Amino acid sequence: MGEIIMSYAAALRETLREEMRRDPNIVILGEDVGAWGGVFTVTLGLLQEFGPQRVIDTPISEAAIVGAALGMALAGLRPVAEIMYMDFITIAMDQLITHAAKLRFMSGGRIKLPMVIRTQYGIGRAYGPQHSQFVPSWFLQPGIKVVAPSTPADAKGLLKAALREDNPVLFIEAALLYETTGPVPEGDYIIPIGLADIKRKGSDVTIVAISRTVLDALKAAEILSEKHGIEAEVIDPRTLYPLDLKTIFSSVRKTGRLVITTDEIRSGSVAAEILSRVAEDPDTLYSLETAPKIVSSPDMPVPTPAPLEKAYMVNPDKIVNAVITMLR
Amino acid sequence: MSRVENIGIIDPSRYGEYGISKEDLMWMWRTMMLIRRFEERVVKLFEEKKLVGASHLYIGMEAVATGVMKALDKDDYIVSTYRGHGHALARGIPPRLVMAELFGRATGTNKGLGGSMHVSMYPELGIMMTTAIVGSGIPVAAGLGYAIKYRGEKRVVAAFFGDGAVNTGAFHEGANMIGLWRLPVILVCENNLYGMGGRVDRVTAGSTGFSVIHRALAYNIDGIVVDGFDPVAVYIAARKAAEKARNGGGPTFIEARTYRFLGHNLRDPQRYRSREEVEEWKRKDAVIRLTRILIDNGYASQEELDGIEKQILEEIEDSVRFAQESPYLSFEELYNFIYA
Ligand SMILES: Cc1ncc(C[n+]2csc(CCOP(=O)(O)OP(=O)(O)O)c2C)c(N)n1
Ligand SMILES: [Mg+2]
Repeated sequence: MGEIIMSYAAALRETLREEMRRDPNIVILGEDVGAWGGVFTVTLGLLQEFGPQRVIDTPISEAAIVGAALGMALAGLRPVAEIMYMDFITIAMDQLITHAAKLRFMSGGRIKLPMVIRTQYGIGRAYGPQHSQFVPSWFLQPGIKVVAPSTPADAKGLLKAALREDNPVLFIEAALLYETTGPVPEGDYIIPIGLADIKRKGSDVTIVAISRTVLDALKAAEILSEKHGIEAEVIDPRTLYPLDLKTIFSSVRKTGRLVITTDEIRSGSVAAEILSRVAEDPDTLYSLETAPKIVSSPDMPVPTPAPLEKAYMVNPDKIVNAVITMLR
Repeated sequence: MSRVENIGIIDPSRYGEYGISKEDLMWMWRTMMLIRRFEERVVKLFEEKKLVGASHLYIGMEAVATGVMKALDKDDYIVSTYRGHGHALARGIPPRLVMAELFGRATGTNKGLGGSMHVSMYPELGIMMTTAIVGSGIPVAAGLGYAIKYRGEKRVVAAFFGDGAVNTGAFHEGANMIGLWRLPVILVCENNLYGMGGRVDRVTAGSTGFSVIHRALAYNIDGIVVDGFDPVAVYIAARKAAEKARNGGGPTFIEARTYRFLGHNLRDPQRYRSREEVEEWKRKDAVIRLTRILIDNGYASQEELDGIEKQILEEIEDSVRFAQESPYLSFEELYNFIYA
């Protein structure tokens, strides 16, 4: 089968469409997913094709959106709940963390929860502290799987996997990724949850890049190669929980250097989690030739003014500098 | 038991009976015109890409903030929202500070760190909090109200929120406390028919005629449904609620029936409503209506109003200049604002 060039948003939309045609148990619920088409156009046109029973415009009620999705999943439907901004998921934490993540375990493994929570983080659009948070580490909880694709193809492959998974999956998108484009395989293209991807091969330094920062890391790798003769290997974990540590460890053992990039704040980040795993693995730890480095947002709410937000965010130059400092 | 009262458009012949003076009317007109022209300028600045980020505008809803702010004292507390440009201007925050905040500059109400969605946060004038999270202001209003009651003060709290907010858990939990503890809180529901694309009747159980006033009754809070295109009516409603709260009479839920003439924000394709519907509502335009009343009833001449409008336009241009000439904070300074 061939490939089609499409945007990240379109890849998600077409995947939802394909899967909804295949599986009548799939329903979408969320704020303005229907008539509006989703504020980032991900569900545009789905109401028209599948009707209001399957594409449900909800009240502004995040706790009940996730809670209702949980109930639907208990009854054997396969809900895809949308939380418009990752910031708003705090309101649904009880349903997600204290219920969805625990029910299977508490039931002695009898309950299945085929549910997907889609959300996105909004950094880079001057929307300020309450619409820009990227907080995946809050969801590193046994019982939930967390994915954060960075390319249109990964978005498709991982969404397909999530829609065939019998566990709650938190599916994290990024506002700045929606309009990015790339080749997307046609048909039943599935990427297993829990599998990292080597986005660029290299031998001098490993850059583990999360979500949107994969784009920055790839640009940084080009600059490092062209201007400095440094070949970076860029690894996209894609799934943040459970992590594909094997792929990360073997790359680090090969390059002996590690930079991790993320739009999270440094403290308590998935990046910090990855680093702690590296530190616990003797073969990987002792293969490091220099101290590893996390390139993240600083421990500060996201500032609203565009130039300050720009200074706040990860960018290719910051990654290049981290690598060069390391290799000096 | 709580009750609901309706306050429709107040006929000018009854202004005297309600103690509405020429001065009051001129203040209301000026305030609404300032908000209208300010927001129109903001739209233009977005189109010119001089402004970026959030853009929840107040055009169409001017009478609500104007009427409520008129009824409040300088010591009263206010909780505002992401749709707060109008709240800010009606409360008397200078346009320069408001515009500079939209431009993200250090001279703005919040040094640029709040931006459009928090432009009205200004404790100096009692606007204690803004929120960009729908519904989150209502429990906070309960806390402010509790503090007033605890200290035996005469203040009131006015908490602004939209029709969509009454479906959040925060609203229900907060309203219950406010009703239960008889707190001096005015819940100001700006019912503009839609929460983003969600029309009231499609997202609210038990609404009739697009009203959400039944939410108040559930929590033993008196309701006033008021025509949100008449600043005088809104003022009378808010004045009544404020007097009651100051005298220990407890909370009131004011539902101001209004409409936003623009999209939810400037990125809204507005697929959920028709152009005809918007045009129909525009016929209720509060600014145009009050202009006519002032002229027809001899409160002011067209020339006088033109003169004031000219002043307003100059003030707005001055605010744009001021904002554009103002510096941003430096990145290092930001660290000073995380902890007290
Ligand atoms: C908890 C939460 N959910 C969703 C949003 C996204 N959102 C922003 S404004 C809005 C609509 C709010 O409608 P309403 O309360 O009627 O106020 P209006 O915007 O009409 O003034 C939504 C859904 C949000 N900011 N917070
Ligand atoms: Mg509304």
